[in-house]
Amino acid sequence: MKQYWEIFAAFFKIGAFTFGGGYAMVPLIRNEVVDKKHWIADDEFMDMLAIAQSMPGPLALNTALFVGNKRLGFKGSLFSAAGVILPSFISILLIAMIFTQFKTNPIVERIFKGIRPAVVALIAAPLLGLGKSAGVTLKNIWIPISVALCAWLLHISPMYIVLACIALGILHLLYVKQTLK
Amino acid sequence: MELASLYLALFVSFFKIGLFGFGGGYAMLPLIQHEVVESHHWISVADFTDIVAISQTTPGPIAFNSATYIGYTSVKNLGFSNFESIFGSAMCTLAVSLPSIIIMTIVCAFFARLSNNVWMRASLSVLKPGIIGLIAAAALMLINNYNFIDYKSWIIFAAVFIASLKKIDPILLIVLSGIVGLVLY
Repeated sequence: MKQYWEIFAAFFKIGAFTFGGGYAMVPLIRNEVVDKKHWIADDEFMDMLAIAQSMPGPLALNTALFVGNKRLGFKGSLFSAAGVILPSFISILLIAMIFTQFKTNPIVERIFKGIRPAVVALIAAPLLGLGKSAGVTLKNIWIPISVALCAWLLHISPMYIVLACIALGILHLLYVKQTLK
Repeated sequence: MELASLYLALFVSFFKIGLFGFGGGYAMLPLIQHEVVESHHWISVADFTDIVAISQTTPGPIAFNSATYIGYTSVKNLGFSNFESIFGSAMCTLAVSLPSIIIMTIVCAFFARLSNNVWMRASLSVLKPGIIGLIAAAALMLINNYNFIDYKSWIIFAAVFIASLKKIDPILLIVLSGIVGLVLY
């Protein structure tokens, strides 16, 4: 049982001290579980990370789940998941309870008038760098552009967009296989 | 709305967000916004932007943060008790995590070498650049009359955009723009 709580504590710490989620968390998780605790070998960690990134859901949660699972099986993954979820759950719940009372406060409203455009800029600014690392080139730039237009202007649910992207990728492979025959 | 049906609708929405939220973080925002703002009107666009701002300054992934926050406020806004709202918040957080728990358990059991699988790579070949489009949509959807109220909003936007390209810490930028808002408005 002690081992389970150790996993819980490690991921609680990771969940509590990483801001910005996902990609900011991965180096910390690696440092903790590969370098410090030796729970999982580095090459296995990198392999699983590639899979975790391709699966739906928050990356930090997926990473926590596979580390917990590799170390102590399914039950271990539940402890690591609880550890990584709880810090954000507790802090956001407290903020929700307090913030809903202060929202109409004029000072809070003024502060948020300044913050809102900043939030949009923080989402837009990394797009170029992210596009490069996702392999976007002039040849396939129609994909992100049409996805953005479908979600933004046509209000199509991203759920269908994701499904359509997966289907297109598979159809393309089938087409390539067919023409090779 | 009856409490049980609200809980069910929240659960279904956040389960969907967990199941179809590829690419994590900002890429999940259009899906979250589609479910909680456009389809169900649980919160307003302005509230949604505030949740994103709060998420950027608090620990943890944005999907958890929005699940916890929306689970609480949507129940509370309909006049239910604090306890019922906290339950809603815990349930949404669980709902958004559940698809990951199921999928990663299956992955760990069967597909240790899935990343080299040709079908897996084919499914991701269009989705990966597509995710960039979803992040762009997240930004475009938030450019609206609630978040951009006058020319000063655009000055803040431009300043933060440039500062962010220069790798200045996002938390610092949010704190600074909050101070600027307090001074300007």
